[in-house]
Amino acid sequence: MPRINSPEELERFRQDTISRRDPSKPCISVCAGAGCLASGAGEVITAFRAEIEKQGLRTEVNTKGTGCPGFCERGPVVVIYPEEICYLQVKAEDVPEIVSRTIKEKKVVDRLLYVDPNTGERATHESEIPFYKNQERIIIGNNIKIDPKSIEDYLAIGGYSALAKVLFQMTSEQVLSEIKKSNLRGRGGGGFPAGRKWEGSRNAPDPIKYVIVNADEGDPGAFMDRALLEGNPHSILEGLMIGAFTIGSHEGYIYVRQEYPLAVENATLAIKQAQAYGLLGRNILGSGFDFTVAVHQGAGAFVCGESTALMTALEGRAGEPRPKYVRSNIVGLWGRPSVLNNVETWANVPLIINNGADWFTQFGTERSKGTKIFSLVGKITNTGLVEVPMGITLKEIIYNIGGGIPGGKKFKAVQTGGPSGGCIPEKLLELEVGYDELTKAGSMMGSGGMIVMDEDTCMVDVARYFLNFLIDESCGKCTPCREGIRQLLKILTRITEGKGSEGDIELLEELSEVAVDASLCALGKSAPNPFLSTLKYFRDEYEAHIREKRCPALSCKGLIAYHIDPEKCQACTICLKQCPAGAVIGGKNRIHVIDQEKCTKCGTCFEVCPSRFSAVEKISGRPVPAPIPQEERMIRKSKNK
Amino acid sequence: MNEIILQIDGKEAKASEGMTVLEAARDAGISIPTLCHHEKLEPYGGCRMCIVEAEVSGSTQLVVSCVYLVEKNLIVRTRSGKVDRIRKMILELMLAHAPDAFELQALAGEYGADKNRFEKEASFCIHCGLCVRYCAEVKKKNAVGFVDRGTRREICFVPEIAAKECWNCKECFPLCPTEALQAAFVLTKALISP
Repeated sequence: MPRINSPEELERFRQDTISRRDPSKPCISVCAGAGCLASGAGEVITAFRAEIEKQGLRTEVNTKGTGCPGFCERGPVVVIYPEEICYLQVKAEDVPEIVSRTIKEKKVVDRLLYVDPNTGERATHESEIPFYKNQERIIIGNNIKIDPKSIEDYLAIGGYSALAKVLFQMTSEQVLSEIKKSNLRGRGGGGFPAGRKWEGSRNAPDPIKYVIVNADEGDPGAFMDRALLEGNPHSILEGLMIGAFTIGSHEGYIYVRQEYPLAVENATLAIKQAQAYGLLGRNILGSGFDFTVAVHQGAGAFVCGESTALMTALEGRAGEPRPKYVRSNIVGLWGRPSVLNNVETWANVPLIINNGADWFTQFGTERSKGTKIFSLVGKITNTGLVEVPMGITLKEIIYNIGGGIPGGKKFKAVQTGGPSGGCIPEKLLELEVGYDELTKAGSMMGSGGMIVMDEDTCMVDVARYFLNFLIDESCGKCTPCREGIRQLLKILTRITEGKGSEGDIELLEELSEVAVDASLCALGKSAPNPFLSTLKYFRDEYEAHIREKRCPALSCKGLIAYHIDPEKCQACTICLKQCPAGAVIGGKNRIHVIDQEKCTKCGTCFEVCPSRFSAVEKISGRPVPAPIPQEERMIRKSKNK
Repeated sequence: MNEIILQIDGKEAKASEGMTVLEAARDAGISIPTLCHHEKLEPYGGCRMCIVEAEVSGSTQLVVSCVYLVEKNLIVRTRSGKVDRIRKMILELMLAHAPDAFELQALAGEYGADKNRFEKEASFCIHCGLCVRYCAEVKKKNAVGFVDRGTRREICFVPEIAAKECWNCKECFPLCPTEALQAAFVLTKALISP
């Protein structure tokens, strides 16, 4: 591939690329993000290619694996252009039918369309599906349009035009002022204004400066950065280069966790392609600006998402945070000024440059501008990535986009911000999503994890779960975090096991205060949040566990028992056969009884008991009724009918 | 070096630019407790015992004095209800691991820390890192290091290096605030089972 040496050549190349593409030629786009690949997208792509070959359509149809559009719940996702017909949960077996019916006959395969669970109506196009319709997809919307392994695809949708604009039409002051005006805040969790961070580095006298992409996404249930880096790696590179130009840096790093092999692969390939095209390296587009970037794989530590720990790890040492009294944009990587921004923050930069700060600030609230991608997971109908304007309410996200709670269950809380965040209860569902609003509610924006919980979730156990995550992920350097988390987890575990005692809540609060006030880095300072926020909104659950030895959500194994109601049991023997512990006593025509000594509380009997009987119940906070006497266990014939 | 005037516990203190609050306080004869600090070593900020209140233009924050640098018009309070509460808790958390360490007991007396507050897990080490950092920074041998992370973090001698370097050195032993018990123990263990 010849090098592109000027912005004019870049435009010419772009127009060439676009003109070689016939917009009316059918293109089958299959999501090749990690989620869809796991549910078989690789086989679907292979099947499409084979089928198109078989039906003699090779020159008439394109097939491509694209970035993740976000509707992971219904993957593998297939979109057929130019009509934008959207098929969900496509399997390799469906492929011949799609090719024959949709590509050849231009007809829609109804059974693969989205069906609204409430109205039963089908949606043919992506834009008609409520999950997508209610979003504002300025960033992630491009994923399904491009093959992340193709720089030409990125150029065809206007890629690298922001870079050319910055290099040839703007001064670095103008770029900085545009970013500051946009009030873009860090999407990784802290919400620090990107412009101010850049400005600090820009003004630092050191001639050597660095720019870094933080792709060490580690919050349980969060995967928006993965989708962006896997699905549109050039957009991250372009943003990074604009940042580098602004602050005067010539060297950048993409720190990506090694658990994201596809992101590593696509980012590395994007760098190679950009170099080959003269979009990276020396004298970029003939502008005189030099910039190189390297991918660094994290070794698997959650704490390395913290800026100073990430930089320590990049330097080749164990990833431990260091004191931040002087900010890392002044003294960062190897002691040099370093701008570290999250993947999503960098992805916003080219958009702001191309469309202007005024366009960007039309989305969002007064203090939180633009959009935010959340990974909506947990007890929610539509699991996936959603991009919404800041200021949207939690209720809109969960019900209009997420489709509510499955199985007719009741919503209980939504956890935002990962292990550093907190749980927000139902009464705050009208809360507008924004950095300050979420913090005020005792949670935080974090990187965008959003875990929905229903009535069956025990909030004490949720706090225990996150502390259990953190106990392995604290680096162990400072006492309040290492020892504080150790004791917090011990006490929470005790409470969920039914061994809590008076004074536990107060001791947890005292430990939390010390961890918040005295820990070295944000991991320790925010570690008690899962406990503090659940205590704030669900104190009654803590008290029930401690005082009544009762788990209100009927979830903590140590506090519940399973019992078969002898009035309801029809002696069908299903639970008896399926109990893995052999704890169900009974037989044909003999009412079943659970041997409480043998029961491991796995819940199998509860799940398999036919709903028309619903004989198995969970009991908490009161004694299990004594088993009915042997002689009364025979079922009378009349009852059997 | 520019001279900086700051206030520590109501007294005026003189310090030079680049000094930490801990150094300035010690120069002024004000004592701040530390467990991971050592004059020959780079500031670490691990034990958090030296936490103090630092007030700059009316806003107060908690900082660890071994790392925080002096600045003009800084007002430092080395004792307050909050600071004492934090130090007491830190001591109690450490005493669960090293209940008989003299240094911890002496501080426990001063801050009213109860060594039985938390269930004992006698691992002795309080993770001050003095041995690890001394060996790396002063002796430049790296014979002892930290392994693992979080609550599983522990010090460990590298047998190959320790077998060569440690017998004639052992300078880390007296540095250990929990009386070198664990250093000796880990060393022996590492040497007999390389």
